[in-house]
Amino acid sequence: MSMWVEFRKEWMYLVRTYRFLVSVIVLVFFGLASPFLAKFLPEIITSAATGGLNIQIPPATVVDAISQYVKNIEQFGILLAWIFAMGAVAQEKDRGTAAMMLVKPMPRGTFLLAKFISLALVLACSVILAGIAGYYYTYLLFEAMDILRWLALNGLLLVYLLVVLAITLFCSTLTKSQVAAGGIALGIMIIPGQVMVLLKWGKSLPGELLTWGARLMRGNTSPSWIAFGVSIALVIVPLLAAWLVFRRQEL
Amino acid sequence: MIAVRAEQLRKIFGKFIALDGLDLNVAEGTIFGFLGPNGAGKTTTIRILTGLAHATHGKAWVLGEEVGRNQPEIAHQVGFLPEEPAFYNWMTPREFLDHTGRIFGLPAALRAERTKELLELAGLEESAKRRIGGFSRGMRQRLALAQALINRPKLLLLDEPASALDPEGRKEVLDFIDHLRGQCTVFMSTHILADVERVCDTVGIINRGRLVTEAPRDALLKQYAIPAVEVQVDENKLSELASWSESIKTQPWVASVSIRGPVARVIVEDIATAKSELLKSFPLAGLIPTRYEVVKPSLEDVFLKLVGQEEAAK
Repeated sequence: MSMWVEFRKEWMYLVRTYRFLVSVIVLVFFGLASPFLAKFLPEIITSAATGGLNIQIPPATVVDAISQYVKNIEQFGILLAWIFAMGAVAQEKDRGTAAMMLVKPMPRGTFLLAKFISLALVLACSVILAGIAGYYYTYLLFEAMDILRWLALNGLLLVYLLVVLAITLFCSTLTKSQVAAGGIALGIMIIPGQVMVLLKWGKSLPGELLTWGARLMRGNTSPSWIAFGVSIALVIVPLLAAWLVFRRQEL
Repeated sequence: MIAVRAEQLRKIFGKFIALDGLDLNVAEGTIFGFLGPNGAGKTTTIRILTGLAHATHGKAWVLGEEVGRNQPEIAHQVGFLPEEPAFYNWMTPREFLDHTGRIFGLPAALRAERTKELLELAGLEESAKRRIGGFSRGMRQRLALAQALINRPKLLLLDEPASALDPEGRKEVLDFIDHLRGQCTVFMSTHILADVERVCDTVGIINRGRLVTEAPRDALLKQYAIPAVEVQVDENKLSELASWSESIKTQPWVASVSIRGPVARVIVEDIATAKSELLKSFPLAGLIPTRYEVVKPSLEDVFLKLVGQEEAAK
């Protein structure tokens, strides 16, 4: 019951403050633009060449459109998840709304989980719509793709973004400053990630999900279940840690 | 029954002792004024009672439940107004009250009824569809009081409910609190003596994290009754008033003299002697009082005396 009440408030907030709209517009734009850029960028570059310069670029294929799509949704999805989550708890603590609401019969775990679920839903809706837009434009400009594999690719993209969301939300519970929360989240995501890559454990990290998705679209079905399991753990563990930190935190 | 109880409550922030063994008993049904200078520990006490902060040592009980043990049960029966109320500025007051009602699990019909009632009580019916972000401080304070009442609480915890308001806003809020008499226990922290004197029937005075005294307001005034005389003169006689006050300060029947504008307040040791001697002293000083009155002690006198004693003891 209290979960629904808090989720309803969070959803109203995301809609009223245009966060939902911005997220959908940004990801749908890049869903549409990715196949378009993949198709026409070589032609634009070739036609722009002047002074007898002869540039030979092979014609774009559906694989180029997919890799362009993955790259764009990954980058802008991370940015949106990070921006939305870094102030989610920190800002409420700073402004005093968390104290005002949490003296009422609202469990702190519910307060946190409602934030995660509503933000996850915003990202999910945005990725779904971007996926539909991307599929349609890729079909128009190139060829039809395997729908199930396209769904799987977008599902993996979403799991990857949820990792960013959960880690940033955890950081948001640590501090009252959203800038500090964002900085800590970046540190947590970048530094250990780079160390793991140097230690050749990159294939176990969430980034591997995107490689897996791209492989699927090329017809290679070899899975990366370890990376998937690690990613799910990297969603659950930060949320649990956030709850453990927040449940006894003085507001 | 005791609505709020604290035993040896201590709260330490680094090297600063905010609460230093606070003992407190607030009877059910009273309007309790928790009075103290800034930094005395009033807000910290309320934050501990609401579960927003944890005591370093000691225990507290709210409506018979131990704070921190059964917080959801306490939360259902308590209304809280923080010193600086914060809202979701993108909501309207109607939506905010409705959301608050949902948190308390009120059914839809009751929620709608309470929202309407409280909007009326807070005088916000005409602004019910406006965003809270555009509200004045007074409107926000009234809305904050309204949201604290949505669940018809048994205990209302108010942290400095009127101190940030203009005189008109203060009057509205104090009238509002006065109307709650008999409906619930009100625990109101403030540093404004006049507010406590006006609405509270029981007073607790806190200084440096310790309770100095706790008693019904009238008993406190009676117990610490300080005989005083007020003398008022014309505005053009201020220098004569000052000279006169200097001359009587040394008299054995005078405890102290304070001057505020054209009014001198003389705290006396012996009221009978003071009455006759004061009258004799006016013509000698060239003063013609426009008012001469033996006054009742105010809570301010009691407060200053008790806090002064406490400071001297330290």
